[in-house]
Amino acid sequence: MIPELGHVALIIAFVLAIGLAVVPMWGAMRRDVAAMNMAPSLAVGVTVFVAVAFALLAVSFLQDDFSVAVVAANSNSLLPPIFKFSALWGNHEGSLLLWVLILSGWMTAVATFSRGLPLVMVARVLSVMGVVAVGFLAFSLLTSNPFERLLPNTPLDGNDLNPLLQDPGLIIHPPLLYMGYVGLSVPFAFAIAALMGGRLDASWARWSRPWTNVAWGFLTLGIMLGSWWAYYELGWGGWWFWDPVENASFMPWLMGTALVHSLAVTEKRGVFRSWTVLLAIFAFSLSLLGTFLVRSGVLTSVHAFAADPERGLFILIFLALVVGGSLLLYALRAPSVASRVSYGGVSRESLLMINNLVFTVSTIVVLLGTLFPLIMDAFSLGKYSVGPPYFNAVFVPLMALVMPFMAVGPLSRWREDTTRRWLHELLVPGLGVLVVAIVLAPLGSEDFNVWIALAVLLAGWVAVGVLKGLWRLIATRTEGGLKWRRLTPSFLGMALAHLGFAAVVLGAVVVSQENQERDLRMAVGDVETLGAYRFELMSLRQQAGPNYLADQAVFEVRRDQELIGVLMPEKRRYFASGRIMTEAAIDASLWRDLYIALGEPIGEQAWAVRLQCKPMVRWLWLGALMIGLGALVTALDRRYRSQRSTVPAAAPGVAAVAG
Amino acid sequence: MRAKKFIPLVAFAVLAGLLFRGLSIDPTELPAARLGQPFPNFAGPELRSGRQISVAALTERPALVNVWATWCYSCRVEHPYLLALAEQGVPIYGLNYKDQPVKAREWLAQLGDPYQLNVVDVEGSVGLDLGVYGAPETYVLDAAGHIAHRHVGVLDEAVFQRDFSRWFPTVASPAAAAGSEDGL
Repeated sequence: MIPELGHVALIIAFVLAIGLAVVPMWGAMRRDVAAMNMAPSLAVGVTVFVAVAFALLAVSFLQDDFSVAVVAANSNSLLPPIFKFSALWGNHEGSLLLWVLILSGWMTAVATFSRGLPLVMVARVLSVMGVVAVGFLAFSLLTSNPFERLLPNTPLDGNDLNPLLQDPGLIIHPPLLYMGYVGLSVPFAFAIAALMGGRLDASWARWSRPWTNVAWGFLTLGIMLGSWWAYYELGWGGWWFWDPVENASFMPWLMGTALVHSLAVTEKRGVFRSWTVLLAIFAFSLSLLGTFLVRSGVLTSVHAFAADPERGLFILIFLALVVGGSLLLYALRAPSVASRVSYGGVSRESLLMINNLVFTVSTIVVLLGTLFPLIMDAFSLGKYSVGPPYFNAVFVPLMALVMPFMAVGPLSRWREDTTRRWLHELLVPGLGVLVVAIVLAPLGSEDFNVWIALAVLLAGWVAVGVLKGLWRLIATRTEGGLKWRRLTPSFLGMALAHLGFAAVVLGAVVVSQENQERDLRMAVGDVETLGAYRFELMSLRQQAGPNYLADQAVFEVRRDQELIGVLMPEKRRYFASGRIMTEAAIDASLWRDLYIALGEPIGEQAWAVRLQCKPMVRWLWLGALMIGLGALVTALDRRYRSQRSTVPAAAPGVAAVAG
Repeated sequence: MRAKKFIPLVAFAVLAGLLFRGLSIDPTELPAARLGQPFPNFAGPELRSGRQISVAALTERPALVNVWATWCYSCRVEHPYLLALAEQGVPIYGLNYKDQPVKAREWLAQLGDPYQLNVVDVEGSVGLDLGVYGAPETYVLDAAGHIAHRHVGVLDEAVFQRDFSRWFPTVASPAAAAGSEDGL
């Protein structure tokens, strides 16, 4: 009964979503207040029924109802309950349901927090989101029904969840990532609504900014968790692979980064209006494209759950309708007259323009690399894959290019600034950073590493810009003392995110340059050294987990005779699937991670072992955490709470650019 | 001026066309390097008996050559159906591909052995000659000893009825073989 009830709830949600997509839109066209007023209740209705469907599927998982096909394929009676729950989104059908649940959650949030907005705007925004919901609910119901039954041949037990996914990181990674992915539908809906209404002014940008920042913040956190998970769970110690599915989430992030900044310009100055609308459309389109790439099996990847051309065709048609329709609307309605507001070549607008360009080009570069195998295949030019060398070669210089401007951004003035003033602000601290970079680079390695020196220089430069901006904001010459109250959430969030970006760059470069690793054969009693660390294999033993049996090695790690820790890497064999999993053991700290992974057993008493020392690898994730939290903090800014449509005069140099 | 606004739409249309083309390409569909050719010669130990065998050992034809390994998850899914086929008299030769013979013997002892014999290919060199892409794969060896067909991925009832039955007309229709579904 429960799965059938869930199916019915999903159908009701689908019908309500059609209502949401049609009625308020029609109302906005006809200025029918009653029809427009229905939008919030319809949005909440969709949410309630999707949530019911989701909850009922969760019940099926928790009750081990193996008559439900997805439960049988992805769960097992021995699976710990928390993984039974997260197994819900460890598969195609369930993760799609999560997608829709989060989309409807965003709709409800928009309906709740947009009371102050003009009714016609709210109606259009929710209606556009309703269209997206219709598409995905139809996709779920028609091609990927999560409630399909295996009757009468019900299996006795389930196939088990892929052991790779039996991990705490994977419980929260997909929901966070989807929060970001799907959250980009909100700025998209605002952009479409603004295009429909023909009002592409600053107020539109103001309304959509907090939503964009929050969605982008979640996307950052989701990507960070994914990278962290890959690091400790895949057993290789890598943290980014330029895998098609990683790229699928990274492209919306890059576009979102441009959008977050472009919105600031549009809100504050009323320029870049076409840019901003286009970026909002692109960011969400890339989310949809990512869904297509992951779900269609067009690109083979470890992440792709379902290689199913029929599903692929469905998403492609949906993608064509939504994205094609949006871009057509853009072509017809976007302002073709250049903005009357002008700005000088040396100004904050120009700096943000550079940011827009760099991040847009980065997105295109990643998109090309991701689709290149498909392009070659489509023209029968052979089977290719594009690896990290391509991405690193084009992506790293682009990021290095944007960083010099990042430091100046927070200090610069809107409309008209001078390079002399920039020099005055940044010359002395800049030279300081240069000295630090030259001094620091040789530390921790024998040679002078020019890449580390460059990374310290660029990251330090960005940090100096942020700190100087912070100082200018809170220090006053006339009254003395610090004016902490001037520190708005907008500025604080921006500062946090920019510092986080610097930390990510520093971590990425240092760990790539100074990573040490050794592949060894080790038996009990063997001692090996890596850098300053001494690893001793104390014993080998077997450990039983709830649904697996593990070979465990016990290592003592010492530095200068002092015991640093006991590390216990495992090789697990999961009962239900028979799959073997490597569980790396990690001693983590701010300055370095020690990483041990077991390879294959060699004979009876020895193992192939990989020892790694990864300096500053934590900075990657701490930095990304700062970026994500920074983005969330900006949304707390008071000026978003009073959703008025007036454009305040921008205070030069002080008004914050969030993100 | 207005035309410029259409650039994103046109770019997207090109991308969508490409993606549509991509959908019709099956990434797993690779031409068998040796379709219509004799089975490549090899020399090595048989998995269970350990005696040295060569291509001359594959005497029963037409037969299936199934590429499998214990590390291959899908092979476990496929296994019950292979057992069912063997029971119906289809000769199946195994190519134990890039695997550890100890584990492979355990696997056969545990799950049952549908194979007439198994070629041990630890290095994957037979697989290389054959053009193997991964496991599982199943080839048809026709009466003349030529490779007549290749299937990439799990072999099941539907695939067999569609692509394989013309070489094995004696194999019963789905109803009779329904028992093979139980393994899932």
